[in-house]
Amino acid sequence: MYSFEIGRPSTVADAVAALGKDEAQALGGGQTLIPTLKQRLASPETLVSLTGIAEMKGVCAEDGALSIGGGTNHATVAAEASAYPALAALAGGIGDPAVRNRGTIGGSLANNDPAACYPSAALASGATIVTNTREIAADDFFDGLFTTALEEGEIITSVRFPVPEAAAYMKFEQPASRFAMVGVFVAKYADGVRVAVTGGSEDGVFRWSAAEDALSANFSAEALDGVSVDADGMITDLHGSAAYRAHLIGVMTKRAVAAAQ
Amino acid sequence: MVEVTLKVNGKSVTKSVKGNTLMTEFLRDELRLTGTHVGCDTSQCGACVIHVNGEAVKGCTMFAAEADGAEVATIEGMASPDGTLSVIQQAFQDHHGLQCGFCTPGMVMSAAALLKDNPKPTEAEVRDYLEGNLCRCTGYHNIVKAIMAASGQDVSSIAAE
Amino acid sequence: MPKDHGIGASPKRREDVRFLTGAGNYTDDINVYGQAYVHFLRSDVAHGKITKIDTSAAADMPGVVRIFTGADFEGVGSIPCGWQVTDLHGEPMKEPAHPVLAQGKVRHVGDPIAAIVADSLEEARNAAEAIELDIEELPAVVDMKAALADGSALVHDDLGDNLCYEWGFVEDNRAAVDEAIKNAAHVTTLELRNNRLVANPMEPRVALGEYSRANDHSTLHTTSQNPHVIRLLMGAFVLGIPEHKLTVIAPDVGGGFGTKIFHYAEEAFVTFASKACNRPVKWTASRSEAFMSDAHGRDHVTKIELALDADNNFTALRCDTYANMGAYLSTFASSVPTWLHGTLLAGNYKTPLVYTNVKAVFTNTVPVDAYRGAGRPEATFQIERVVDKAARELGVDPIALRRQNFISEFPYATPVAVEYDTGDYVATMDKLEEIADLSGFAARRAESEKNGKLRGLGVNCYIEACGIAPSNLVGQLGARAGLYDAATVRVNATGSISVMVGAHSHGQGHETAFPQVVAEMLGIDESMVEIVHGDTSKVPFGMGTYGSRSLAVCGSAMVRATEKIINKAKKIAAHLMEASDADIELKDGQFSVAGTDKSVAWGDVTLAAYVPHNYPLEDIEPGLEETAFYDPANFTYPSGAYACEVELDPDTGKVTIERFSAADDFGNVVNPMIVEGQVHGGIGQGVGQALLENAAYDENGQLLSASYMDYAMPRADDLPFYTVDHSCQTPCTHNPLGVKGCGEAGAIGSPPSVINAVIDAMQSGGFKVDHMDMPASPGRVWAAMHG
Repeated sequence: MYSFEIGRPSTVADAVAALGKDEAQALGGGQTLIPTLKQRLASPETLVSLTGIAEMKGVCAEDGALSIGGGTNHATVAAEASAYPALAALAGGIGDPAVRNRGTIGGSLANNDPAACYPSAALASGATIVTNTREIAADDFFDGLFTTALEEGEIITSVRFPVPEAAAYMKFEQPASRFAMVGVFVAKYADGVRVAVTGGSEDGVFRWSAAEDALSANFSAEALDGVSVDADGMITDLHGSAAYRAHLIGVMTKRAVAAAQ
Repeated sequence: MVEVTLKVNGKSVTKSVKGNTLMTEFLRDELRLTGTHVGCDTSQCGACVIHVNGEAVKGCTMFAAEADGAEVATIEGMASPDGTLSVIQQAFQDHHGLQCGFCTPGMVMSAAALLKDNPKPTEAEVRDYLEGNLCRCTGYHNIVKAIMAASGQDVSSIAAE
Repeated sequence: MPKDHGIGASPKRREDVRFLTGAGNYTDDINVYGQAYVHFLRSDVAHGKITKIDTSAAADMPGVVRIFTGADFEGVGSIPCGWQVTDLHGEPMKEPAHPVLAQGKVRHVGDPIAAIVADSLEEARNAAEAIELDIEELPAVVDMKAALADGSALVHDDLGDNLCYEWGFVEDNRAAVDEAIKNAAHVTTLELRNNRLVANPMEPRVALGEYSRANDHSTLHTTSQNPHVIRLLMGAFVLGIPEHKLTVIAPDVGGGFGTKIFHYAEEAFVTFASKACNRPVKWTASRSEAFMSDAHGRDHVTKIELALDADNNFTALRCDTYANMGAYLSTFASSVPTWLHGTLLAGNYKTPLVYTNVKAVFTNTVPVDAYRGAGRPEATFQIERVVDKAARELGVDPIALRRQNFISEFPYATPVAVEYDTGDYVATMDKLEEIADLSGFAARRAESEKNGKLRGLGVNCYIEACGIAPSNLVGQLGARAGLYDAATVRVNATGSISVMVGAHSHGQGHETAFPQVVAEMLGIDESMVEIVHGDTSKVPFGMGTYGSRSLAVCGSAMVRATEKIINKAKKIAAHLMEASDADIELKDGQFSVAGTDKSVAWGDVTLAAYVPHNYPLEDIEPGLEETAFYDPANFTYPSGAYACEVELDPDTGKVTIERFSAADDFGNVVNPMIVEGQVHGGIGQGVGQALLENAAYDENGQLLSASYMDYAMPRADDLPFYTVDHSCQTPCTHNPLGVKGCGEAGAIGSPPSVINAVIDAMQSGGFKVDHMDMPASPGRVWAAMHG
C-alpha cells in the first residue's frame, strides 16, 4: 500500500468535511477497497473511515419502505431486514461471514462492482439512494462498471427500499470469487414487476425489460418461456461465455420468480 | 500516525500506528501475536480471521486505526491461561482437524463465531459458514467433523473412523 | 480393539497444540534484528527484451539499502535442474540458463527483473516504481504445439528451438505397440488436457537470509520441504557456499504439495543479498506473487490410444504427450512427464505393450514442476479415462472391463520397466463396491432425476510408485542426487530420545507418527521420543519429503538406526547382567536374559552408556547414538479403487459431489488417523483439479487466473464427507515397516472418477458427450452439453 492518513469521524458532517480535502477517499467496510489499496491501484492521501458514524447505521421499517443506513454491514441487514426477506437473504449471501461483518451497503452501491449483489436489489426495488446532499433514484444511480451518479465527496447515508408484494434474489456464483456470475433480483409491486440482473453484462447491473413485461402480465416462471436475453454485450471470461451467461439469466430469473411465489 | 487504544485478548494496548497499518500487521509485527496468519491478499483465505467486538472479521482487511476502542480476540487468547485448550481447539486435535496448521487459527476463530450464533449447526451450515476459510490440507472432512463435535453433536457415524 | 499406542494406533498429534494456540513458528513469524525487506520488480509481460534498466533515481529513494539487477548476478551460478533426461536419440535434454534475476530477457509474467532491498517493504515498493525500465515486447510462446512449429518465437534464443527433449519409453517397444494398435479388434482414442494447477499451500513462500561476518556463515530460513536439498543446490550450484558455511532451516511449513521442494531464485537472492548488504534480508510472497512465481503443476496435452482384442483384453497402449516446462527448468521438472509418468502407464492392468512419447516444451509461462502426485495423476487420468471410454464404446460394464484386465500375480514386471512387488486390485475393488454402496446407485439416480437433476457414477483404479529410489537406478535415469534418506537416533543418558530425520513434516504429522515406530521397537513410551527435523545444522543429512517417501524411506532409515541402538544396548545390558549378547531380549523397555529372571531397565542401560563406570569399554564406545542411511531396493506401489457420485444440474451445468469413496492399499499403516487425513486432503485436491482449478493463460501469456478471484480453490461447501478405507493391506516386501506411502494417493486417484461420473451423468441425460477436459466447472459443463 501507499502511505496515507486515516481519519475516523463520528458524524456525517465531519466525514463530508474530511472528504473535502485533496485526494481524500471514503472507506466503507473496506472489503473491496483494501484489496485494491494492497495492489496499489488507488493512492489516496487520506482515507475517511465511515465505520464510526452511528447515524449511518441501522435498519428501519417505515410506511411500506425499509430504510437502511449506508454504513450498515451485510450481517446486520441479513439479521434485521425481516420486513424485506428477499433483501435480507441477499445480504446474508454476500461474500462470507467475516466479509459480511465489515462490508456495508453504502460501500457496495458506491463501488458498483458489475458482479456485486446489492445493485440488483436497489435497481429491482426502485430504491432511493440518499446521500448527504440529495436523493437519487436507483434508475438514475448506476452508470456502468464501477461508476455511479455520486459526486466527489458525496456519501450514501441511507438507502430506502419500497417493500414489494413478493420478491426473490437468485445468484449463480462464479466458482472462484463467489461473486455473482449471474444474479437476478425479481420484485413484484402493485404497479408491475421489476427485474434487475447483475454479473452478466459488460455494462454492469441492468433491468431486463422483456422479462418485466412478461412477468407484469403473468407473474409465473412459465411467463418467461420464449423470453431470452441477447448474448451480445454479456461478459465472456474464463468462467463462462456470453451465451452461457445469457442462458443463466433466464434460468435464474425463472427460479427467482418461483421462489417469490 | 494515529494513536489507537484497544483491548487484545483482554489486555489494554495503546500504540501509534500508520494509517495503512492493517490489523494483521499490527498484531503480528507490533504485538508479536504471530498466530494470526496471512495467506492471501484478496480477502478470501481466512487465515487471518480474528474477532473484533465479538464478530469474526478478516484482520487483513481492516486497518488498525479502525480498531480504536475495540475488543479484539485472537487465536492466542482462545486457550485458558493454564494452557488448557478450548472445547473447539480440543475438538480439532481430537478429530485431526488440522495438518500443516497454517489455516488453523482462522478456522478456530471462525468456528468459535459460528458456534456462538448457532450452537448446533448442521453439516451444511458448517460448510456454508466456512466459505471464507480455505484449507489445502484436510479436504475439510475433519474440520467440519471437529466443529460439529465441538458443538456437542455425535459425530461417530460420520464416514471414516 | 484398535491399539492405543505404537504402530497401528492413532494417538492425537502432538504438534497440534502449538498450531491450535497460535504458537507455531512459520518462516514469516521469524524476524531478526536489523533485517531489511526485499521487493522483486517482476515482469508484467510474458516475453521481452530488457532494453533499459536504470536504478539510479530509485536508489536514492528513502530507505533503500541497495538495488540489484541481473548484472549483479553475472558470475553467479544458474538455478539448477536436478534431473537430466536423455532424449530418444541418446542426447541430453536442453538446459537453458536460469539466472537469479533476469539477464537481457524476461520469459514469463513474474520473472524477477530487479530486487530492491530497503528498510521497509513499503519503501522497497516505492523505489521499485522509480526504476526506469524499458522492455521491448516479443511474441509470447504459449501454446505447446505452436511452440514447436517452424517460425515460433524462441523462449531461449540460444537453444535453437523450444523443445527441451523428446523422450520415448520404451523406445524399443514403439514399433510393436503401433503394430498391435493397427491389428486390434478395437481401439479407443482420447485426446485430453491435464489442466495446469497452482499448488497453493496456504502459507505463501518466505525466505530470510542472514549472513554473519564474524564467522563467514550464511543462514537461510525458508519454506522448504527439503532443507538439505536446498543447501546442496544453492550452495554448490548457485552461490558457491560450502555446506559447513551454510545452514538452511525450514521451520514450521504451512503445506507444500510439491511446490516447496524446488530451489527458487528468491532463496538464492536473500542469501546473496544478506552478505552483499551485510544485513538480514527477508522476502515474504504475497498470494498474487505466489501465483506468478511458485512452480505450477500438470499441464500435459495428450493423445492416448488403447487397443483391445475381440475378448476385450487390453493388448497395447500408446500415449503421446506434450509436457509444458514453462520458461525455465525447475528442480524436478524434467522428471515429471518422463520417469514419474511413463513408468506408470501400465496402471493396474496386464497390458503387454506400452509406449509413451513425451515432448517437453518451453513456453513463456511460469515453470511447471511436481505437484502432489507429479506425473502419476496424469498417467492415471489418461488410463482410467480411456478405459472408461472403451467400456462405453464396447457396451460393457466399466468395472468388469477393469477386473478382466487386472494384474493378479505379484511380483509383476510391467512393460514399462518397473516391478510391482505387491498388490491386490480385486480386493480393493471389492472393498470399494461395498463401501460405496454401488448397488444402491440406481435408486439414488432415480431420486436425483425426480428433482430434475442428472446423477452420474464414476469409478477408477490407480497405481502409483512412491518412495522414489533406488539411488543407483535413478542415477542411471538422470537424477543428479541420491534418493536415500537418513536418520540419527540419539538416546540421551536418562533414556529419552531425539531422532534427527531427513524427512520434513509440513502437515504430515511426523512428530507424532515417527515416535510410534521407535517407541514400539524399544517398548518405551512414545512421549520419550522426539523428532527433530528441518534444520541442516541439527540433522546430519536427508533428502526431504515428497513423493510419499517419508515413512517408506526415512522411516526405514529410522528403523535401521534404532536396530543399531538395540544391538548396542543389548551388549551393554549383557555386560550389566554378566550374560551373553545373544541371550538378551528386549521387551516393554526391559532387557532380560532369556530363560532367567534377570533384567535391567531401558534407563539403566542408557545411563550406563553415558556414565560408563561398569561398562565394556574395551569392546564398545560409550554413548548411545546411531545413524543410518537407507537406500530402498525398489519403489513402493500403493494402489486402490475410487468411486465418485455427482449430481449435475442440467439447467446450469453445476456439478456437485454427492458421494466419494476410496479403498486404498497402503501396505502396513502406522497411524490410521493420519493416513485417513492424508487421503481426505488428496481427494480434496483431486476434486479441486477435476471440478474447479484451472491456471489459464491468454494468448499473450498473461495469467488469467492470477488470484483467488479467478483461481477456484475448493471450499468446504464444494466437498462432502468422504468414505475412506485402508483395510486392504498387502505390505511392501522390501522395506522393514512394510509401508507404501499415502500422501499423494487421493490426488492421484480422484480426478478420473469425478470426470467419469460427470460423463455418466451427461450421458444419462441424453447428452452425447464422451469426454470433457478438466475442470468440469459449470460454464464448461454447460458448453460441453450444448456443443
